[in-house]
Amino acid sequence: MHRTRVRVAEDALDANTTIAQANRADFDRESVRVVNLMSAPGAGKTTLLEAVFRDGLGDLRAGVLEGDVQGSLDADRLARFHVPVTQINTDGGFGGECHLDANMVRSALGEVPLEEIDLLIIENVGNLVCPAEFRVGEDAKAMVCSITEGEDKPLKYPLMFRTCGLVIVNKIDLLPHLDYDLDTLLANIESVNPGVEVLLTSARTGEGVERLRDWLASVFHGGAPATDGGTPVGERAAAAA
Amino acid sequence: MHELSLSSAVLDTALRHAGGQRVKTVELTIGALRQVVSSSLEFYWEIVSRETPCEGARLELNMVEARVRCKACETEWTLDDPIFRCPSCEDSDVEVLTGTEFFVESIDVEEEACTVRE
Repeated sequence: MHRTRVRVAEDALDANTTIAQANRADFDRESVRVVNLMSAPGAGKTTLLEAVFRDGLGDLRAGVLEGDVQGSLDADRLARFHVPVTQINTDGGFGGECHLDANMVRSALGEVPLEEIDLLIIENVGNLVCPAEFRVGEDAKAMVCSITEGEDKPLKYPLMFRTCGLVIVNKIDLLPHLDYDLDTLLANIESVNPGVEVLLTSARTGEGVERLRDWLASVFHGGAPATDGGTPVGERAAAAA
Repeated sequence: MHELSLSSAVLDTALRHAGGQRVKTVELTIGALRQVVSSSLEFYWEIVSRETPCEGARLELNMVEARVRCKACETEWTLDDPIFRCPSCEDSDVEVLTGTEFFVESIDVEEEACTVRE
């Protein structure tokens, strides 16, 4: 027996990127723009989407791909707003993964009515670590950071904060009730991802939700930056590279 | 659980290049910004590689530090804390030079030696 060194020189996530590009091609064919929405569990992704859908997105037709380990609670909440919602459960044959990857998204695309929507919002599994690693074919990544999580989250989870083109600081209605320094959070966000767009919102009171609608609309119209630490991350940009 | 997905991705890549042969070593380059804990990666690697040609293979890890360059004043520095602001001029228009790698560089496969019968 003798050993041979075989040169590989491949990004270990190449397979995921390839599938993400296939997803991208499907989205492009139907002229659908895609947002990958991430956060820690309980930051308010679903509640914010409810607030967005309550008054609608004007002429923009939205759909949701809902990712959870188990159950359809979030999908059921959003389906009440008459937007097409497709549920992916990562425990349904994907080993209970803590994030969505390109393969999981691809497996669900057959159930997403791409020809009937303009904007697909992928609500990722609640997790501040893994979702940042896995492209799924999106145009833009956004994250929700609620003020109940503490001011230091950007320093603890820099990859997540750097991979997003929008950071939504949610639950600001609670500011009067917490010993919380919003300026420290904003400074930490700015240190980790300089220049990233930040929105202050309360899904409960509706504050800032109009600006979130505007941002979603701008993704569709191609204006919103899809940044990954300053470099374009959308698969269209990857294909152009 | 991050390292579970990553070690699975490494396994897929290694098996694809192994041509069915037994893999003894997998050489990886991992950047500091990927937030990978090497002991976790090795732990999950041992689990995902069981009953595959990679069972028992050793991970050879080349860890790469995060180096950043300021576009304004060209200062380069190593990132210890995730502060992407130039320590010299405080500008935030910076470029990440290294630290985002997650590459499978090579694998060592075990080949059957050819024997020639006289």
